Amino acid sequence: MAIESEVLVIGGGLGGLTSALAAAREGADVRLVSYKQSTLRQASGLVDVLGYTPDGDGPLTDPYEAIPTLPAEHPYRKVGVQTVRDALSLFDDAVPTYEGDHTDANALLPTHGGSIKPTARYPAGASAGLASDTRDTLLVGIEEMVDFDAPHVAAHLDATGVPFDVRGETIRFPGDLRADAKVTRYAKLLDTNSEVAVRGRMVPAREALAQRVNPLLEDEQRVGFPAILGDDNPGAIRDALSDHLGVDVFEVPMGPPSLPGLRLEDALFAALDEAGASIETGNPVVDFEGEDRIEKVFIEKNGARIPNSADQYVLATGGFVGKGVESDREGVYEPVFDCHVPHAADRYDWFEGELFGDHEFARYGVATDDDLRPLDASDDREFENLRAAGSVLGGYDFAAEKSGSGVSIATGYAAGQRAAQEAR
Amino acid sequence: MSDAETPPDFDPVAPNTGEEFEPVDVFPDSDDFDLRPGADSCYKCSTCDTNCPVAEVDDDFPGPKFQGPEQWRLKQSDDDHEIDDSVMDCSNCMRCDNACPSGVPLSQMHNTARGEYVSEQMDKLSVEYIRNRILANYRTSAFLASKVPRLANFAMNFGPARWVMEKTMGITSERDFPAFAKQTFRDWWADRGGQAQSRENARAARRRRGLPEDADKKVAYFHGCYSNYNTPEVGKAMVRVYEEFGYEVVAPEQKCSGTPMFANGMLDDARRHAETNVSSMSELVDEGYHAIASCTSCSMALRQEYPELFDIDGIDKVAENTFEAVEYLRIHEDLKGEVQAADVDGDLAEEFAYHAPCHSRNQGLDRQAVELFRDLDGAEVEDVGDSCSGISGTYGWKEEKYEKSMEIGEEMFEHMEHAEGETGMTECPTCAMQMEHGSGYEIRHPLELLEAALVE
Repeated sequence: MAIESEVLVIGGGLGGLTSALAAAREGADVRLVSYKQSTLRQASGLVDVLGYTPDGDGPLTDPYEAIPTLPAEHPYRKVGVQTVRDALSLFDDAVPTYEGDHTDANALLPTHGGSIKPTARYPAGASAGLASDTRDTLLVGIEEMVDFDAPHVAAHLDATGVPFDVRGETIRFPGDLRADAKVTRYAKLLDTNSEVAVRGRMVPAREALAQRVNPLLEDEQRVGFPAILGDDNPGAIRDALSDHLGVDVFEVPMGPPSLPGLRLEDALFAALDEAGASIETGNPVVDFEGEDRIEKVFIEKNGARIPNSADQYVLATGGFVGKGVESDREGVYEPVFDCHVPHAADRYDWFEGELFGDHEFARYGVATDDDLRPLDASDDREFENLRAAGSVLGGYDFAAEKSGSGVSIATGYAAGQRAAQEAR
Repeated sequence: MSDAETPPDFDPVAPNTGEEFEPVDVFPDSDDFDLRPGADSCYKCSTCDTNCPVAEVDDDFPGPKFQGPEQWRLKQSDDDHEIDDSVMDCSNCMRCDNACPSGVPLSQMHNTARGEYVSEQMDKLSVEYIRNRILANYRTSAFLASKVPRLANFAMNFGPARWVMEKTMGITSERDFPAFAKQTFRDWWADRGGQAQSRENARAARRRRGLPEDADKKVAYFHGCYSNYNTPEVGKAMVRVYEEFGYEVVAPEQKCSGTPMFANGMLDDARRHAETNVSSMSELVDEGYHAIASCTSCSMALRQEYPELFDIDGIDKVAENTFEAVEYLRIHEDLKGEVQAADVDGDLAEEFAYHAPCHSRNQGLDRQAVELFRDLDGAEVEDVGDSCSGISGTYGWKEEKYEKSMEIGEEMFEHMEHAEGETGMTECPTCAMQMEHGSGYEIRHPLELLEAALVE
């Protein structure tokens, strides 16, 4: 026997989650298995579709307009513009706390490094911070959080030519937390609004934070904090701070570990749960059985091999960072099913000398047909019941194009939906 | 196209899954506690820290990244570096393991660091050491108490005695000691006829199910201390459910799994117990048995902590052949189908507020009960969220940790309050204690519901 389902999705990032959600909503009995916790914990929580062309043109105003001009091997070209739109609709429905669906145009969001990023969907908590908004802005950094140096970020933003005045101030977080307090510590304090000691007096955390910021506020009409404003109740925290400060409050997305990423992870897992899918995280898929068709895969648990079988499979294990694509001195490979990964024979051709050069490795991943089924070296399907989605796909450079989330959502949606239709 | 030098053998990413690595034998041959394995894979993304329930509420706790890879680096660069005493504030929930994208074995490093701290830095005459040792060796106390359960139940919750325990030993008087059963699981098992009776029951079930009577279906039950001394109904449910599926059950000689000892840095105590457990289980594995545990901390210990910390003959074999009780049936039987076709009435026709223990989470079993009972008529199982219960075995019994423990559990209590049901459910005996303590609900084990649904 084995643990059975109709569609088995391998991978718990944006691609895997969207894939499982699309398949479950299509009515299939879906099981999602993921080695580790979702990589969304390390993502900014912004959903980019396409910010720049492969040639580096941009920031693009309308990503949909640019999609038909992408190279033929690009995953967006495999699934088509309409699928990208449908996939984002699914996302909007599953994660109602996100904004940006009112327009095709990219939004411009300030980052914690002080640059401006074109993105298609963003958390409601970031919306008052849009760079196209002309309201003057105060950024507030926390002394203990070296990842967000507010005056420095403000100077950078100013240098990008934003249409407003921006200033940065640094405060000590009320309660004097330890120097390397975890982002979850700040979030928990604000979520529970626990009392903290401020000059010998106990004050609820939200109020105490506002008290620190109030005297620093001049004529600015909005205040931006690093993304630490709560895990469970971010909306309530922003509202409370806005009330105390009398201006709009927003969060600037941060690097890992990221609360907006965590919140997005929670929202997607909740949607998946509601759609009736089974979920297991913590153990890797290491092997499979089957020739032209995958019969079953094995999940490894401290040496024990747990068989899981399904009619259709989706491979959404990630790229180099997520370890869905690996390399050694001999070559580049996909470790679970050993799907072919096209790459240059000489590994000195994989990269460029320049740090920000046009590295080939950035586009390495499995190649697929238009149905997202991985192809072998002679362009035949590797397996008839396997599709691939997300960063395990080759043919695009998500870091340069700012297209990672969009490709994961679009290909995840397409792979999941088609797998479900075929399993029925 | 080649580099001038041959690459070194040392693989900085090891141990990664699927690759062999040598376990660190920390006892008894050497006192070299090696925090190294996997430390170099840490690239400081700090995702582990977002999982730490202690760091979330405790300003003084530096979190899993510091306790593991950072301590290793400090030890390397500074000969005088001693293990930071904050390692004793780690509750050994092991959530950080599941978080690391690089496969750093964080809990192994914490267990090792704690072992070194206790062995080399802790005063063996201190109240804290003695208290921790007593708490960690729950099995010994439980063994004695089970001889006189009524007296023990009275004495352990006798107010003035508890006040003295708190003042002199640092064992919180806030909690009620768990009641000891009037008859232990093992006494019940022996009275019932032991293995011979189980074989008979299994055969009868196979006949009923149309299976060959001599089918090779046999499991060795690792009941752990708690279902032996405190909740024998869980052990009985396990036996009856397995027999219903035609499995012959044996209950081999066993000691404590070691979980409370790992959490208190008592690695030599843990090793002694592990040796007994591995030896009895590995013999049975050779005969074709699988080891089955109903407590998720016990299965975690046998599966992961043993091979990470000890080098005992047969230890890997036992780890590979250990399963959680419901998990095993999901793999080998059509459990889902049988549950879908069944219904429950009476005592267990309830709505349950289910909490997934951290140690089930780490085995990928946190969703199991909720998903399995989704289609069971007569009962509902509702997940109360992913917060840690906060008790973490002996952690919440310590006077100085009690409040932190309750603060961590607050989110779970709230969710339980909001859940439809007023009966709790979990696989972990100490989580059950905390759930009961914080909500006043009675707590059941999924095996009990399974028994009610499937066993006549």
